[in-house]
Amino acid sequence: MSMQVEDPRVVEFDVQTDEMLVNMGPQHPSTHGVLRLLLRTDGEIVHECTPHIGYLHRSAEKIGENLSPPQYIPYTDRMDYLAGMNMNLGFSLAVEKLIGMKVPEKGVHLRVLIAELGRIASHLVGMGTYGLDLGTFSPFLYAFREREIILDLFEEACGARLTYSYLTVGGATHDLPDEIEIPDGLASLTGRRPGERFPFLEVIEMFLQWLEPRIKEYHTLLTRNTIFIKRTAGQGVLTPEMAVSYGCTGPVLRGSGVNFDLRRDGEPIYTNMYQSYDFDVVAAPFKDAPREVVLGDNWCRFYVRMLEVVQAIRLVRQAIPKYKAATGSFREVFKLNSKLPKDEVYLETEAPRGQMGFYVVGNGEGNPLRVRAKSSCFCNVAITDQICKGVPLADIPAIVGSLDIVMGEIDR
Amino acid sequence: MDIHGIHSILLERFGADTVGGATHPAIDPWIQVAASSIVEVARFLRDDERLLFNHLNDLCGCDYLETDPKKVAKFGHEPHVEVVYQLSSLKLRHQLKLKVLVPRWRNDVQGELPVVPSVSSLWGIANWHEREAYDLVGIHFEGHPNLRRILCPEDWVGHALRKDYAFPLEYHGVRGR
Repeated sequence: MSMQVEDPRVVEFDVQTDEMLVNMGPQHPSTHGVLRLLLRTDGEIVHECTPHIGYLHRSAEKIGENLSPPQYIPYTDRMDYLAGMNMNLGFSLAVEKLIGMKVPEKGVHLRVLIAELGRIASHLVGMGTYGLDLGTFSPFLYAFREREIILDLFEEACGARLTYSYLTVGGATHDLPDEIEIPDGLASLTGRRPGERFPFLEVIEMFLQWLEPRIKEYHTLLTRNTIFIKRTAGQGVLTPEMAVSYGCTGPVLRGSGVNFDLRRDGEPIYTNMYQSYDFDVVAAPFKDAPREVVLGDNWCRFYVRMLEVVQAIRLVRQAIPKYKAATGSFREVFKLNSKLPKDEVYLETEAPRGQMGFYVVGNGEGNPLRVRAKSSCFCNVAITDQICKGVPLADIPAIVGSLDIVMGEIDR
Repeated sequence: MDIHGIHSILLERFGADTVGGATHPAIDPWIQVAASSIVEVARFLRDDERLLFNHLNDLCGCDYLETDPKKVAKFGHEPHVEVVYQLSSLKLRHQLKLKVLVPRWRNDVQGELPVVPSVSSLWGIANWHEREAYDLVGIHFEGHPNLRRILCPEDWVGHALRKDYAFPLEYHGVRGR
């Protein structure tokens, strides 16, 4: 670029860089899937960060109009593919609300048990990949080691490891198995003989007993790590007002200091499931936070997830005896030829990444007239351009990673 | 506050021309709002001390049309497009469903999108939700700062969640069927 310089002395003070448009993604490793961030940078500093989504759009809502609810359950798996169980549960509850079905007590406790295990698995991935975003590899390996055991347990329960379609309208497809071979990973970690058989619920208890002390180790490894704190504390601050206005939910909302959890504050059909359970809603600010931490920053969002794992362990522990004590069937049968009433419902449930909502409109036929999946990550990723203003380029992965997004859910 | 309480507050403030519904027997009753005054009503709902709907949970469009002539008699809805707003108040812990009904096409001209005023100035997330509703259902949100497609490519033709949407046979050399 040529330019006219009137006074040559000015030149040496005129050191400036041009604004540059940088495409980050859609195949960037730290964008958690096919998210494209269009960055307008001035040197190192990002002035504008526009997320572009839609690369994984699979017309899930249109497909829902042509399938009956039980047939649609597998499509919900593929929305948030890291928490398939919670997606199944959300859609099943919405349909149950529409047709007025009541799930037997045993099914309810089974659902709590499975959904909270799913939450643990999902948050473990969130923790591990957040470490990856910040350049540390080992927490990822530990997180996946633990998650692997949960996947093994889910495989014993329903046969699938990622896309379960297990919790369905009326309860679940199968009852929990009585006795299983201990998963290899758990056997080697707890010093048991591979192939030994134990009751399923006992294996879960065994796993939780092994997992619980590990949480403390993760805190040493990541949460209290000086480098980690330097990268996360005070970065990507999301004020409570903005979080509410932008419809942020789940750990992102609670990390900003809004104490709201649908398991406690949701609609009766959902909160009744958790009525007899004792758990705390985790929300920032934290008394034990490092000095540098600001309300609503990356560290808070991360810490909310870590503490939610502890709460989920508590819930699973309570669900085991309740499930054992419950008698009767674990499901109410949903007849495949039944018609949906001419009515419509909207129901949100607390999935690991936020409030997942399903809006189902029935029209007197087997297939719904409209299925709408309101995604929690869709709303969470919409704030990136607000909280990524004026940060260095290297902090973008740290901020976007702390939102813990899954593109399958955003694009549906 | 329950739906009837909210309805009477709105009725008192805006009158029956603007606010209707709430009397339908439904699992989640809703309030119907005239398209032209949705922004005023939404601002009142957000800011009034008794209501404080500060959280827009969802905004979506829904197309009511029966394409099969044999089933039209049973369908029970006039052909129209709805915009459904799911609001909740994190402070007062109540929720509300609003609906705006518009014709499927503006002035009944095929291809002219119906117009609904945008609420993106009230809730930040409405920006993206309205882009999605525009993209998939084909509703033009007037006053939206950046009404572009969000999930489909920018050069996509048609709005996929319309009931009479015809799946394209070809897109940039990729066969559709």
